[in-house]
Amino acid sequence: MGRFADTFLNWAVMAQYAPRILEGTWVTIRLALAVAIAGIACGLFLSVLRAFRFRAINVLIVFAVDVLRALPPLVIIIAFYFALPTVGVRMSAWVSTWLALSLVLMAFSEEIFWAGILAVPRGQWEAARSTGLSFLQTLRDVVLPQAVRLTIPPLTNRTIAITKNTALGAVVAVGEILYQAQSAYSFSYNPSPLLLGAAAYLILFIPVVCFGRWIETRFAWKR
Amino acid sequence: MEALIRGFFNFDILAQAWPILLAGFWMTLLLTLAVVPLGFAGGLAVALASTTKNFFVRAVVVGYVDLFRAFPALVLLMLVAYGLPFLDIRLGAFGSVALAFFLNTSSYYGEILRAGIESVPRGQLEAARSTGLSALQTMAWVVLPQAVRNVVPDLISNTLEVIKLTSIASVVALPELLHAAREAQALTYNATPIIAAGIIYLVCLWPLVRLLSRFEHRQIALH
Repeated sequence: MGRFADTFLNWAVMAQYAPRILEGTWVTIRLALAVAIAGIACGLFLSVLRAFRFRAINVLIVFAVDVLRALPPLVIIIAFYFALPTVGVRMSAWVSTWLALSLVLMAFSEEIFWAGILAVPRGQWEAARSTGLSFLQTLRDVVLPQAVRLTIPPLTNRTIAITKNTALGAVVAVGEILYQAQSAYSFSYNPSPLLLGAAAYLILFIPVVCFGRWIETRFAWKR
Repeated sequence: MEALIRGFFNFDILAQAWPILLAGFWMTLLLTLAVVPLGFAGGLAVALASTTKNFFVRAVVVGYVDLFRAFPALVLLMLVAYGLPFLDIRLGAFGSVALAFFLNTSSYYGEILRAGIESVPRGQLEAARSTGLSALQTMAWVVLPQAVRNVVPDLISNTLEVIKLTSIASVVALPELLHAAREAQALTYNATPIIAAGIIYLVCLWPLVRLLSRFEHRQIALH
């Protein structure tokens, strides 16, 4: 037991690297928020654009969304960070990770918002237009408020899943929790920092997972 | 444009890298065939355990599910791959990936199947029991078939996510598709293998994405 504690819960090692992990926690929080905001905003924008039903644009949107949903996020991050520089496009590890995850969240949230817009009965459109609202006013004041309500549970869950992927940033050396824990582990050759990092994720994400569960029951779709 | 073709779509490089990529593709397929059925079986066990009346068992199951859903999969993988050897448990790369994926995916499949089981009306269970079926027979022949049918879109969606997630095995040096692509990139000093790997993922997973998108629209329209 003493050896076990020495190996996995080594206070000296933990105390030494705790500030790094804390620093990583802030990076994770900032990255996750930046991804959530950019991804959802762009997804909403694309779904609104799609509502105009310009054929060429919609084909492009569907294609981009499908590609972003079919590719593993880590492949996109690595393509941005290791492949793009070979054609002269350089971005930092942070930007690669942020951009890749934001694009993925954009794709998923566009699909969710679009499904929500389609779910609003046609009569709502027709009634709003016949009272003299313009297309944009109808979309903004009548359709979107109803659509967004439907999309809250799937959107919350998807956002949580994708913000957890910020850990993938460790692969391209973004200084978030996992990267800090992993490099502390390599320096000290002791797994305690990994456990500390894991604990940081639990503290961050268990409330978020519980929140997602609550949202799901609160806004449950009635069949 | 020429630089783009030379850097990303270089057929000479592709010809060199092809054997490595192909080996990586088979490893990804093998990994998928290992982790998806294992995770599904684990998820089924989790879902069944969460239907018992025993409060203690249910609390343990909820704890298990929330714990492993809160960890990013990559964090779990690093804990298993780098932490367990300190306990003299050596699983190798494939074993570590299999264990980490089992913990992660069984929680997700478990949560989905639990929702499926709860969606089957109680009357079905009571009717089945009253015709003389045992509790086990009722579950296997009456409740589960309906439960699974009700959550098919979520099961497919999760399976797609698991297949994409296998790319993180590259981080612990399991030679799957992404790892092979990076190795080939390092050997050839050219990003074509990474782009090629992306295209392979795309070709294999696109049908699943299309199928899923159709299901999702139907689901949200039926809210």
